[in-house]
This record gives sequence, structure tokens and C-alpha cells, in this order.
Amino acid sequence: MDLVTPGFGLIFWTTIAFGILVLLLKAFAWKPILNTIKEREDSIDNALKSAEKAREEMKSLQADNEKILAEARAERDAMMKEGRDLRDKTIEAAKETAKIEAEKIITSAREQIELQKKAAMTELKNQVAALSIDMAEKILRRELSDAKQQEALINELLEDIK
Amino acid sequence: MVGSIAAIGAGIAALGVGLGIGKIGGSAMEGIARQPEAAGKIQTAMIIAAALIEGAGLFAIVVALLGNNVGA
Amino acid sequence: MRTTPIFSFLLTLLMTPLFAHQMPIPHDDHEEVTAQVPEIEEKEDVNDVIMHHISDAHDWHIFDWNNHAVSVPLPVILYTEKGLVSFMSSAFHHDDSGKEVVEKNGQRFVKYHEKIYYASSLANADGSYIDFDDEHHALNAKPLDISITKNVASLFVTIFLMLIIFLPAANFYKKNGSQKAPKGIASFVEPLIIYIRDEVALVNIGKKHYLRFTPYLLSLFFFVWLANMLGLMPVIPGGANLTGNIGFTMVLAIFTLLITNFNGKKDYWMHILWMPGVPVPVRLLLAPIEIVGILTKPFALMVRLFANMTAGHIVILSLISLIFVLETIWVSPAAVLLTVFIFVIKVLVAFLQAYIFALLTALFIGQAVEEHAHH
Repeated sequence: MDLVTPGFGLIFWTTIAFGILVLLLKAFAWKPILNTIKEREDSIDNALKSAEKAREEMKSLQADNEKILAEARAERDAMMKEGRDLRDKTIEAAKETAKIEAEKIITSAREQIELQKKAAMTELKNQVAALSIDMAEKILRRELSDAKQQEALINELLEDIK
Repeated sequence: MVGSIAAIGAGIAALGVGLGIGKIGGSAMEGIARQPEAAGKIQTAMIIAAALIEGAGLFAIVVALLGNNVGA
Repeated sequence: MRTTPIFSFLLTLLMTPLFAHQMPIPHDDHEEVTAQVPEIEEKEDVNDVIMHHISDAHDWHIFDWNNHAVSVPLPVILYTEKGLVSFMSSAFHHDDSGKEVVEKNGQRFVKYHEKIYYASSLANADGSYIDFDDEHHALNAKPLDISITKNVASLFVTIFLMLIIFLPAANFYKKNGSQKAPKGIASFVEPLIIYIRDEVALVNIGKKHYLRFTPYLLSLFFFVWLANMLGLMPVIPGGANLTGNIGFTMVLAIFTLLITNFNGKKDYWMHILWMPGVPVPVRLLLAPIEIVGILTKPFALMVRLFANMTAGHIVILSLISLIFVLETIWVSPAAVLLTVFIFVIKVLVAFLQAYIFALLTALFIGQAVEEHAHH
């Protein structure tokens, strides 16, 4: 029957035409189209990947920043602490030195005073002795003459001492 | 006369194929309802299976056609 | 039909190609021809009309005007005993009953039921130059007919369309490179191309080989789809039942058969000839079945496309023919609505069959190039 009997003419033409069509389209249509689509997909892929990478980098950069900041803060804290310590120590030391110095000064002052005192005492003693001798000499000279005068003399002497 | 017998044959073939494809379609629906995310894969598999069953039916119909025309 | 001539005219105009061959017009009947044709004849003709419509023809019928067929003549090319002979099909003057003899290169040809025969020297009782046997089969010898028939012309139209769609699309890509979004025709075909590449080729053939076969699958898919759609168009340049012709689908199936088997890897042939993993007697049993299977797979492809498209055409024509079978104009709304419904389904089927053809081809190729890691 015609319907299920393939006709030679159509088979002949279809074979030729379809064969040529496949080859033509393969060379001039599918190859460029598929290649371009592939290229585009690759470039999109790459763009996505590099965006992802950039994001990763950004993240790690941020983490780095944070770390550096934390380090800096820690360092600052350490430095501040050190400074405080140093200051305290210096003050302490200065206090100590000052104390010692002061004590030394006080001691030497005391010694000086003692020495001065001693010297003064000696001087005083000497002067008292000299005065006494002087007075005694004068008294002895006047006594011989007048009692009234004697008294006046003593008063006068006393006035002098004063 | 041969023509009507051929028509009956084609009808029986269509019946069988209809049952078969209906079953595939139904199962595919169930599958998709159960796993909507696999809908694409199920559809492809369904179409392939339906096409294969349909092929069997078409053979029967072609045979019916041949019988019809031999008789005519 | 008699009551509403205008309506019937419109309807005829709508469906003309479907009824292109409704009434082969005998030459000597001209004086009797009227606008109305006896219904009885129409009723009997329905089967013939449908068969004529879905078969190939030597001229491209457009419509009947005043019972004169208006058609595009197509070249007839014959490979005869005396070499190639060609003339236009209009030389037969729309005769399809073997009455009009065309003489060329000293040979005489007649056309009978869209087949070209060497004419008998004398006309028989009906006036046709054909000798018949008892079962009314023509006995005359036939030259090898490689005419540009309606289907071949439709084939060329399809190919022309393919070229004017895809070459400009390819040009767009060549010109703009990969950095520009597709526009115009390229934006229309690109999703389909990507779909065929990813969902048909890649899924079924596998990553290693799929790019090699994608061009063939793309050509196949778009070619079948376009041919199907052209077959749905009621007027020229559509209207030919190209994809519903078994010769056409056979060629496509043979292409698939050859591509599949020429690319068959060792594993593929081993699975056919010496199935691994089963006992020897079973292997001996399986081998012939598998060998037959090589042929049945493309055979099913061939029959599927042919039967689907032909069946669709037959259903559409039958529904419209209801008007003439039931002899009433009042059934026409239902008939037309049903036809429109079937048409919509056919648009879907046109795509689906092209897709299935490409999908199964990819599946077969995938089976052939698959390499098993184990066994």
C-alpha cells in the first residue's frame, strides 16, 4: 500500500538534502553558536568564580584587619602597662633615694649641729672662763676701794654680760 | 470486511497503549507529587517510557493499516 | 450545503488544501459540472480525499476554483531506460487517471494515482493508457521517479527556512562574540539550543562525547519540528504531509542507525554479540535478539513519527469530513471546534515528536558510546 511504502524519489532527495543540511548547519551555524554560548558560559562562570574569590579575599582581609587591630590594641595595652609599671617603679625608686638622701642630710645636719653645739659650748666655756677671769680681775681690783662701788661694778658687769 | 477487522485490531492496540501510557503518566504524577524537585528527571523518563510503549502501539496500527489496505 | 452557499464557500476556502483532491475532475465532464456535487459522491470520497491529502503528489494543489484545480506545477524528473527525462507536472493537465499522455524524448508517460507509468500504446475502455490486472492494479512498467514532488518541494522549503533562521542567528554570534546578550532570532533559538544540548545530548550521551553529536541532534530536532509545523499549515508553503511520509522518516531513522552503529564502542558490540554476565546458552539466545534490536530501534523511530503525523492529519480531515458525511451544515460548528482543538494538540505533538525523535536518537547514541567501568 502507498501509505507504508516509501517512495524512492523522496528517499533520494531527503538523503541528499538532509545530509547537506546537517553538514552546512554544523559548519556554519551550530559550531559558531555552540562555541559562543560555551564561551559566554565560561566567562560567566569565571566572573562568578572571581567574584566569589574576591569575596573570600575580602573576608580574609577583614579577618586580617581585625587581627592586626587586636594585636595593636594588645600591644598598646602592654605598652601602657609597662609605662605605668616603669613610672611606679621610678617613683618608688625616687622616693627611696629621696628618703635615704633626706636621712643622710638629716644625719649630717644633726652631726653638724652637734659639732657646732660642741664648738659653741667650747667657745662659751672659753669665753665664760675668760669673762669670769676678767670679771674676777676687775672685781678684785675694785673691792679694794669701795663697797658701794663694788656693787655698782657688779651691776655694770652684769649689764655687760647681758 | 477486512477493513473493519483491521479497525478493531487498531482499536485494541490503542486500548493497550492507552492503558500503558496512562499507568506511566499516573505513576509519574505520583512520583512528582512525592518529589517535586525531581520533576524534570521524572518527566524525561516518563516521555521515554511512553514513547517506547507508543512504539508498540504504532506497530499494531501500521499492521492494521496494512491489513486494511491489503483487503481493500 | 445548498442552503448556505456563502458559508460553504468560506469553509471550503478554509479547508481547501484538505480537499484538494476531493474530486479528480474528469476532462470530458466539463459541461455537466455545476457548483454542487451530488452528496453521495462526496460521502464515498471521504476516504479517498483523506488518503490523497496525506499522500505525495506531483503538483502542489492550492485550491479549486470553479472546479478547476489551481496548483503550483512541480518538475517531474524521471530516470528512464533512455536516461533522465524531465518536464513540468502541468503537462498532465491535472489528470491523475492515466488519460493524458505526455511525450518526451520519444517516450510516453501517463500519471495514474500519483504514479508515473510508461503509457500503453492503446487506450483501454476507460480511455486511460494503463493496462490493469484482475484486481485493478496497473501492469505498466514504471520509470524511476525522482520528481520534485509536493513532499520534496516541502522538504526544500523546510531546509530553506532552516538556513534563513540559523545562518543569521549564527552570524549574530560571530559578529557580537560572547560578550553580548542574544537579540532577535538568536534570542529565540538560543534557549532551545541550550535545552537540546543540556537536557537531550548531555544527559543521554554523557560528558565525554556529547559535543560531537550535538550538531546532529540540533539539526534533527529543528528539522523535524519545522517540517511538522509546515505540515500543519493549511496553505502553500505548508500543507504537504512531509513528516507523515514513511520515506522521509525512514531516511532520518537510517541516519540515526548509521550514526549510532558507526560510533558503537567495544562495550556496545559486546553487549549485543556476547552479553557479559550471563551463562553461555543465554548469550547465544540473546545475540540474535540484540542484533534484531539494532534495527527495531530506528524502525520504531521511523514508524512513530510517520504514524503520529499521519494519524493527526487523518483525524483533522475526518472531523472536517463529518460535515460531508452527515450531509448537514449544522454539524460544522462542532466539527470546526473539534478540528481547532485537534490542531492545537497537533501543534504540541509537532514539538513533542521532534523532541522525542532527538531524545531517542541521543539515547541510542548514548548507549553506543557508553563505556562501562565494570564487568
